[in-house]
Order: sequence, then C-alpha cells, then structure tokens
Amino acid sequence: MGSNMAECHPVAFRWPLKARTDHDAVLMHVDPRFTRTSAACNLHVPIRAGSDIAFLGALIKFVINSKRWNEDPFFREYVVNYTNAATLVNPEFRDTEELDGVFSGLAPDGKSYANATWSYQRNQAPPKAKGGVGPFSDLLLQQVPGRPKTDPTLQDPNCVLQIVRKHYARYTPDLVEKVCGCSAEQFLKVAQTMLDNSGRDKTANITYAVGWTQHTVGVQIIRAAAMLQALLGNIGRPGGGVLALRGHATIQGSTDIATLYHSLPAYLNMPDGRKKHDSLKEFILTEAGPLATSYWGNYPKFAVSYLKAQFGAAATAENDYGYDYHPKITGDHSHMPMMLDMAAGKIKGFFVMGQNPAVGGQNARLQRKALAKLDWMVVRDYFETETAAFWRNSPEVLSGELKTADIKTEVFFLPAAAVAEMEGSFTNTQRLLQQHDKAADPPGDARSDSWFTYQLGKRLQKMYADSASNLDWGIKNLAWDYEPEAKEVAPWRIKDEPSAYKVLKEINGVTVADQKPLATFANLKEDGSTACGAWIYTGVIPEDGKNNAARRKPDQWISPNWGFAWPANRHIMYNRASADSQGKPWSEAKKLVFWDPDADSGTKDPAGNTVRGKWVAPSGEGIDFQPTKAPTMVGKDAALGFDWLSGNDAFIMRADGKAWLFAPAGLVDGPLPTHYEPYESPVANRVYRQQSNPVAKVWRTEGNVYHGVADPKYPIVVSTYRVTEHHLSGTMSRWLPWLAELMPELFCEVSPELAAEKGIRNAGYVTIVTARGEIEARALVTRRIKPFVIDGKKVHEIGLPWHWGWQGNAKGDVANDLSAMVGDPNVSIHEGKVFTCDIRAGRKGGRS
Amino acid sequence: MAKGMFIDTTICTGCKSCQVACKQWNGLAAEPAHFGKRSGVPYPVADNFTGDSYDNTGSLSATDWRHVRFIEQIDEQRREKRWLFSSDSCKHCSDAGCLNACPTKAIVRTDLGNVVVQQETCIGCKFCIPSCPYGVISFSEETGTVHKCTLCNDRIHNGLGTACAKACPTGSIRFGEVPDLRRRADARLAQLKGKGEKAQIYGYEEADGLKVFYLFTDRPGVYGQPEQPVVPQRRLVLCSLVTILTALGIGVAALVNFRERLNGKEEHHES
Amino acid sequence: MAISRRKFLKITSGAIGGGVAAEIGILNVDTAAAAAKAGKAPIKSGRQVASICPYCAVGCGQIVTVSDAGEIVDIQGNPDSPINQGTLCPKGAATYQLVKNEQRWSTVKYRAPGSDRWEERPLEWAMSRIAELTKKTRDANFNEFQDLPDGKGGTVRKRVMNTYAIASLGGATMDNEWNYLHQKLMHALGVVYLENQARI
Repeated sequence: MGSNMAECHPVAFRWPLKARTDHDAVLMHVDPRFTRTSAACNLHVPIRAGSDIAFLGALIKFVINSKRWNEDPFFREYVVNYTNAATLVNPEFRDTEELDGVFSGLAPDGKSYANATWSYQRNQAPPKAKGGVGPFSDLLLQQVPGRPKTDPTLQDPNCVLQIVRKHYARYTPDLVEKVCGCSAEQFLKVAQTMLDNSGRDKTANITYAVGWTQHTVGVQIIRAAAMLQALLGNIGRPGGGVLALRGHATIQGSTDIATLYHSLPAYLNMPDGRKKHDSLKEFILTEAGPLATSYWGNYPKFAVSYLKAQFGAAATAENDYGYDYHPKITGDHSHMPMMLDMAAGKIKGFFVMGQNPAVGGQNARLQRKALAKLDWMVVRDYFETETAAFWRNSPEVLSGELKTADIKTEVFFLPAAAVAEMEGSFTNTQRLLQQHDKAADPPGDARSDSWFTYQLGKRLQKMYADSASNLDWGIKNLAWDYEPEAKEVAPWRIKDEPSAYKVLKEINGVTVADQKPLATFANLKEDGSTACGAWIYTGVIPEDGKNNAARRKPDQWISPNWGFAWPANRHIMYNRASADSQGKPWSEAKKLVFWDPDADSGTKDPAGNTVRGKWVAPSGEGIDFQPTKAPTMVGKDAALGFDWLSGNDAFIMRADGKAWLFAPAGLVDGPLPTHYEPYESPVANRVYRQQSNPVAKVWRTEGNVYHGVADPKYPIVVSTYRVTEHHLSGTMSRWLPWLAELMPELFCEVSPELAAEKGIRNAGYVTIVTARGEIEARALVTRRIKPFVIDGKKVHEIGLPWHWGWQGNAKGDVANDLSAMVGDPNVSIHEGKVFTCDIRAGRKGGRS
Repeated sequence: MAKGMFIDTTICTGCKSCQVACKQWNGLAAEPAHFGKRSGVPYPVADNFTGDSYDNTGSLSATDWRHVRFIEQIDEQRREKRWLFSSDSCKHCSDAGCLNACPTKAIVRTDLGNVVVQQETCIGCKFCIPSCPYGVISFSEETGTVHKCTLCNDRIHNGLGTACAKACPTGSIRFGEVPDLRRRADARLAQLKGKGEKAQIYGYEEADGLKVFYLFTDRPGVYGQPEQPVVPQRRLVLCSLVTILTALGIGVAALVNFRERLNGKEEHHES
Repeated sequence: MAISRRKFLKITSGAIGGGVAAEIGILNVDTAAAAAKAGKAPIKSGRQVASICPYCAVGCGQIVTVSDAGEIVDIQGNPDSPINQGTLCPKGAATYQLVKNEQRWSTVKYRAPGSDRWEERPLEWAMSRIAELTKKTRDANFNEFQDLPDGKGGTVRKRVMNTYAIASLGGATMDNEWNYLHQKLMHALGVVYLENQARI
C-alpha cells in the first residue's frame, strides 16, 4: 500500500516477484490505480486516495477480533512481551469515539494538542540512584520515572489493547466499502491473507512509499501499518516489517546526517528557542529526559560528541562545548514555510543544490515567484534546470506576470560532478551505507558537492579569521580540515577535492586524544574525549584505513559483509524480537537472532569463571540488543539505557522497550491513527464529525488558496505520482534522450467513464484546474483508473505524474502548479497524494 | 552451441530497462522520429506521446532494437484486470527470412546461431525488410543500411550474455543456450499450468524454431506476434524474380500484421 | 501524427560498441569466417570501478568502465551486488547518458541582476563572489537574541544565534559526506532554513 514498487523501485521488486514465482508468496496491492505493480500481484484492491487509515484500521479490528489471533499462543506471547498492549493508560484519556473524532487535550482553538492525558500509568519513581556515571547522565538519572503499569491479562479497560479495540470498533468491512470504495469481499480477502501469513512460521511484510507519507495524516498511516504488524508479530523478524521505499540514492543519508531544519545528525533534535534549551544541560534534559530509559539514555554522549566534532579543540566543558554559539530554530523552517517566507521577501540568499523546486515544489507557481524575490541564488546541477532558468523562460515570465528585467536575483549556476566522478557514500532505503569510488574527473569546472561546501567554508573561515565578535565564534572555530592526502588526489586533474575518507571518519567518530576511529558507539563519552558527527554511523570506519561501506562480499541472504547497515551492521531493526520471550527462535523457518545459553559471553565473573550465555546470529547479522542480557533478566529501576531495559524489551529505542500500539508521546496529532478526510476532499468524513486532521499544517496566504469540502467547482480527486521512466522533477531523466522518448510529455490518466462525461479523447489534450493553477496535459484514457462509489456518491479520480517542466528533452506543464501547500503536522510533508481539481477537454486558454 | 533468449512475459513488469540497456551497450541514439524541433529550443524535444498505454516507442526501428508492448485487458466492471507486458526483439529464427532474402550475404548467422547484419556489406536494398515476418529489420536513412538486434554479438562472443537480459530486473529475459532455456521454459509452463493458468510457449515451432522465444498467457496475436509466421523460401533472392515477388507479397502481409499490432495507430513514415 | 525520419541524434557522445557486426562485414564472406571473426570481437573494456546507482534509494551496485584515456565508456549493473545482481531499471541503465551528455553544463554560468542572459565566468570568481554575498547577507541579518513566546501570553528574550536571510535546499542524491559538511557549515553560519528533498 502507498507504494508502486514495480514502477518506482523496479529492481527491489525483483525480490517479491521472485518470492511469488519461486515460493508461492502472495502479493497484494491496495492502491487507487491499477499500476505495473498491480499487474504483477495476485490481487489488486482499489481504494480511494486518502482512505488508507480506514482500511488499515479495519485490518486491525479484523485481526484482534479473529479467532486465530485470540487462540494462537504465538500472538499472545509476542504482543504481551514486545508491545505496549498490556500497558495502562491515564484514565483521563478520551478517545475519538467519545469526542467525535478528536482526542482529549485539544486546545480551545483546536489547532494543537496537549498530550498529558495520553500518558502511561506508572509505578512510583525509584529512589534516586547514585551518580558517578557522567555529568549529564547523573542529572538524567534523577529524572527516571516509575515503570509503566501493566495488565498482562489485557483485560483492564485502560490497557492499550482495550483502547485500541474500542477505537477501531466501527472500522468494519462495511465502513471500508463506504469510505474506501472497494468491496467488503476484497477487503476481507486482504485481511484473511495477512492473518494467514503471519505467525510462528510465517511473516508478512507491508511496503510503502510516498503514497503514504504525502498526506496530512502521513505519519499516522504508517503508524497504523506498524500497529498491524506489531499485532501480527511481524516486526524484528525476517520477512516481516514495514518497509519504507525511499526515492533518492541517499535520501536516507540526508535524513540520518540531516540537512533538515529540525534535526542534527543522527536524530538529535535541533536546539529550539521555544523549548527549554537555554544551555547544553537543559537541552539534554529536555530532549533525553523522556527517552533516557531506552538506548537514548546515551544521549549526553551523542550530543557532546557532536559538538566536539563541530568545534574541535574550541569545544570545552567550560564553554558547554560551544553550545551557546550553535544556532537555534524558532519555528517551522521546513520547505513549504521556507518558500512562503521567501515569497514574503524574508530570505535574501538561497543555495539550491541538486533540487528543482520550480517543478518539484508544491504550489510550484508560488515557489517560482518566490525565487524572483531573492537577492542571490546558487544552483548546482548537471543541466539548466527550471529553477536555474526561472528568470528567463518560466511560465510567469512568458505570460508577462514577471519581467526578466525586473527580477533582481543574481543567479549562479555551478556545474556538478556525477556520482561516477567523485568518491563518497550513499545510504540506501534499508539503512545500508555503500561506497562509490571515483572513476574519472568531472568535466571542466564541474566539481563534487562536497568540494563546493568545503571550499566555500574555507573562504568564509578566512574572511572571519580576524573577527573578535561572539557572533562569529561558530564559523571561526569550526573544525574544518579535510585536505586530501597526496595519494587520494594523485590520479586526478582536480587536486582540491576534500577527502571523503576524512569526512566519513569524523562522522564515524574518533577518540580526541589520538584521533583513532571508534569501533562502536558504545565507546562514546560525555566528557569531551570523543568526537562523533553522527553516532548511528559509528563502526563504518572501525579502524584507520578500513571502510566498511566499501565492503563488497555478498552472500545469499543477509550479506553482512556487503556495505555497512547502520546501526552496527544490523539489517533488521529490533531483531531481538525474532526470538521468543525465552530467547528461542520462534521457528526454524524464521530463525535469525537467538539466545545461546552455552556460548562464551566473553566476560568472567568475579571468581574468574567464564560467564556463559549470549545472543547469537549465525547469519552474521548484527544483534540489535545488549549482547549478554539474558532473555529473563529484569532491568534495574533506577538506571538509564540498557541497564533499565529487561531481557524481553526488544524495542530498545522506546522508553519502555516495547513496540507502541498506542503512542503516549512523540506525535502531535493523536496517540492512535484515525480516519480523517484529506484536507481537500469531495466527501464529508463518514466516520466522525471532525472532517480532517484538526492540527494539520495550513498556510492561508495569497496564492495558496484551498478548496472547500465537496467543493462543487473542484469535484475530482487527483493524485500526483511517478513513473518508471523518469526521476522526480526530471533533472536526472528529462535531459536523457533515452528516457525522454520512453515518456515524452506530461499526461493525465483518466477513466473512460470520466472521459465520456467530459468529452475527453485519448491522446488529446485536457486542462486541469485548481485554485492554485491551470495546466494542460495529454489524456491517457484507461480502465486502470476507475470511478469510486463513496457512500452512494460517484467520485472520479485522475492521476498525474509530475516529472515534467519546460526544460529538457521531455517537456510538459508542471503538475505541482496545481497542488497546495498543506502538510502533516508532525513532519511538514505536503499532501501531494490527494487534493481536488476540475478537468475539461482541450488545451489551456480554450484552445482545442 | 546456439545461444538465445527466453522471454517469460508473466514476470515482465514493463519497466523498459531492456530498451535502454540495449541502446547503452550498442551505442544507439534515441529514435530520431520520436523528437522534433521547437522554436527557441536548441535541442530536440520528444513528441512521441501515443496514448497507447505506456508504449510511446511504438515499434522496433533501426535504433530501437527492443520494444516493450503494453496490453491492457480490463473489463468494464474491473473484475478481470490484466496488464500484459512483452519485450520484443529479433527472434534470430532458425530459418531466417531476412538472411534468406539478402542478396549480398550481408546478413549472416554466426557460430552461436545469432543472425547479424554486416553493415559494410549491406547495400540498403531493403529486401530483408518484408522477408521478416516479425517486422524486426529497419532501414536507417543515416547509414543507408538496415539494422536490428545482433543478440549482442560482441558480448556473447566474449562470454557475456545480452545487455537486455543482464539488465532485466525481474529475470523476465533470460539469456543462455537454447536447450537450457527450453528446459526452463517448459518448467515454468508446467508450473503455471499446474495452477490452472492458460499459458503457451511461442517459438518452438515457428520459423523452424526461434532462438528468442516467449511464454505468453494469451494468444500470440494479442502480443503482436503472427500466429503463423511465414518465412520466404531459402533461396538467393536476386536470382529469382518469383522469389522477390513472393517475398514482397509476404512482406506486405507481414506489414499488415505489423500494422495490426499498432492497434489502429498511425504508423510513422519510414522515409 | 506524421513524423518524417530525421537525421540520427548524436547525443550519445563517445558511444562505442555495436561496431562488431560492421567489423565482420566483407562482401560475400561465408558465415563460418564471419563467425570466426566475431569470436575475436573487441568489447568495451578498461578499468572497472565500483559505483552505486545515482537514482532511487534501492542502492543498486554499478560498475563504471574507464578507458585507458580516462574516459567513462560504460556503466552497468554490478553482478556481485546482493541488491541488484547486475540488473538495473531503465534509469539506472541510462546512467551513462547522464554522465556523457551534450546538454550537460561544465562551466560556471552567471546571470547578473536584471540581465536577460547567462554569462560564462571562472569558477574561482564565482566562489569568491558567493562567499562575499554569503558573509554580507549573514552579517546584515544575524540574530543573537530574539523575543519568543513564553507560553504564558508574553515573550521572553532568547539567545538564537541564527539568520533567517539565507536558505539552503539540497537534493537527496548527494553524498553522505556532503550532507555532513553542509549541515556543519550551515550550522556554523547560523542558517536555520536548512532543508533537503528528504522531507518531501
């Protein structure tokens, strides 16, 4: 669901297809359109775009009410031990069933939640532990709360399972029919297949992509899938899980080593002026306090080591490791508000590297007009992208809305090196770091992206070298030395590329004193004696001269010696759950990580005898658990990290060690996924009075006008998506004639029923209109698209791949001119997967 | 030992990787007929949108040695839904009409059984074009010669498989020795039939056996392949007017067939 | 749609291979001789460099072949990779044309404010100018403190050490190493409008 795997990740689809042909695996595709993925599956179930939570909620209800789930001891053992099903929630909590679509804690203005009532019931806090662990850890130790209360019989009305049961009581097959538009029979087939293929001997997987993320409820859709998989015992086990298929070579790396406003590398939050972040101590206590009983108990080590990597020798305990000189965010500075602030003239200078917001950005027209407000812009790419060319031939310039002479933006285009022309690493969608070597110099003045940032930094550091101002302390003291060794650049014409090895070594982390790489993040310290750019990558360079991302020894299964899967070469997260509560494999077929009571743990007891018992994985898989913690071991109450966690707390990054069916914290829009209609929808919410996500991010500004619910002017649902033959905004595909001819121009997929209603001819032109813009496209009339009947009302959907722009060998209007800026409240992702529009036959401006 | 390919259309996902991999290895440009000039634009712009499902390249050509067909079979109620994909190329017939028709022996069969056009010998007479029952060979105005898939002649004579088979993400295109491929095809056919699916092999009998053969789940005509391909007699074409006329006659039939599979679409002019 | 055949596009510069059939072409040659010659046919060869596909996040292994002259002559799937086992999708298979492409720009282009054209400029000049603009914009718009809501209806003065005048938007097909360097430099400068394709 939410993924068109065969089209957008064709090579990855090799494996499920092989499972189908060689092992009779059942592939099911639940998707609004019949795509090349659907064609390769056993079953395709069409659902209306934006109705995923209704479908998934009904799957959850089906599973927990099924005879097998209630009788097969596997499910009980997995759920009671590894999920928070048994945990008791604050009795003040009120569900959407009681408040008609919202949870308790909604602010009077209806725009935000306070989550106090979503919390766990807890035992009394433990007596304060003695310190001596470290300056920050000692403070965290004073904050450790009591353990959550549980009811392992799962009967308490406040226990999570009962809350979940109540929450989804109305998510029936009949409701699925009315909300999603598929038949109850189709739904039941999917539900039964998921259940039949889960258990001790079998696992089922759910794969998604941006079909799930690009919604105002995106995070909650994925949560719903995670809940279902946790209930079915499908997490932490081979063949199970919820697999995110991401779309760019190192989009995972860009998230891990975040170039994102809200995040420091390795998932530490960015210091925030609105939070109690006034000193490093307060930052750590605010951020790590609620997490400290998980592996995040090591947060002080991660944070201090990050600052040591940032500022090197200038970062000392006395100056809080330079924390005061680190910037703080003060609001949502993500892509959409960034472009709105640019349009408002707040932003003067803009670096655009390997991105094409003039095509790829939501409400792209608004984004292009924002570029005209800049003083300067630097574009780095291979070709003259639409973003680079906006000032000379954008639709706004051609229409006269903007005049080139009036656009004061100073524009620099810097040519970029291709992947084969530089050395570096990518992190793929399964967290696997892989090294790519340099094969040739890039042509002419083309340089790597790292070269640009490094050389810019060197210049700036020189310019600030004499500054005595505190404001310039950060740039002046930045640790910025990645000069290549002679042998690294000897074969090449370009001699001043930074050393990729030195950068990766800093990301990996070193001991400050001898600059030796850290072999594992377990060796990090909170006293400033280690520096580490991103702790989750520690181990990629375990010793000088050894790069695990460059390992290239495959095998037939996990391939532990191919690249490096963060963290610590663990390919399947939470894989402690691949063994039962006693540490035994659930079954021979699904054996991965298990407890070997006779194995030498590598430690000795005080009497000098070998301590026996440790977790093992014959496949070479990294073990995502404390290596010698016995399955039956009970964690200490007044402790941090692994010391607090017990032997069956498989979910080590959660503060209670459990997979969360109910999220007591971490989400701003509710502890349980709930069906809301998309922000723009042709129908009213059938399930609750609350129409859409109450706390969705909306920006009601000029040029970003929204459509009403069941807006008669815009009755048709539209989804944007990709096709195999192109890549995203087309920068890496539309300039390639081999790809251009495969999908030459923008087209719009339309059902024959809608085509008949509107007089649309196959291969003829159609014009698609929203309050944001108007574009034309070629029509592709196909029965792969179908109208839905939603609660008795016929709802048409159209499909619009968004790869095209006005530059390149393959051209077309910009599909994103139609979409609005509206976003998920947790992560500020847009809702490009579903909004409303109108369509008519013929070209823009009434031409036929 | 004869080399060939087995195309299992049931696991093709229509990604067109084979089309690109073929062009990349063989140094083939994008098909010029797919591009036009636009005023003020210094480079060619693709203008070949067809509206024929996801097939915009339409047919094999002098620069398109591979072509993936898209066949949508969906009933009005959306109860029966199939989208068939089939990657087509030269079949390297055991009785190759093109080779038979070539008056200059420019078209030869190598020791590995593949049929190749020797560019320096080809005089561009185009006799081979109607002699191919599959519409595989195409004439290039630029070179004045005909072109088609060589079964990656250079690769296979250096111990490699074809570029398309190597690239194919799902293993739908398999390269190998023909008897091995036939065993694989028979096993897959049996597997599918065991599940009650309608399936057949295309290419065991046709043209004395195609070295590139297919597993179909519908009749060959649905995939644009002639149900009963006719290969001209194995005689030197130049010597016999009768043969030429026969060949041309069959060629017209083949072209009709070829047009049929374009599904009523206007064909690109070849000159 | 009537399209007349035009001249072949010469977009694939450096295209080699495919010349094998031509090499065996001698008038009236017999098939056995042709075959014998074909058996010695040269193919693309050279130094092989391990790489990763630049497109999606599946992470298919690629092998880049470099000629003796240092030119990239071929990019194919890496058969050793446990991810793709030598296969590639159409985009991955087209990577060669991404690298070797006549439309690719390899010089710095500059558009002065209000100008209607690109001008070519030296890389060094551009880097100096960009550094100058970055410093100027930052220094003129740097915030040491800012009054922020205190949650009780009032405001409180907070140290923020940032600038809202510079924004950065990066793609997600750029190396981990770039991401690291770039976040490091941007944070050192106080840039908080720091975003990446990874969000959307």
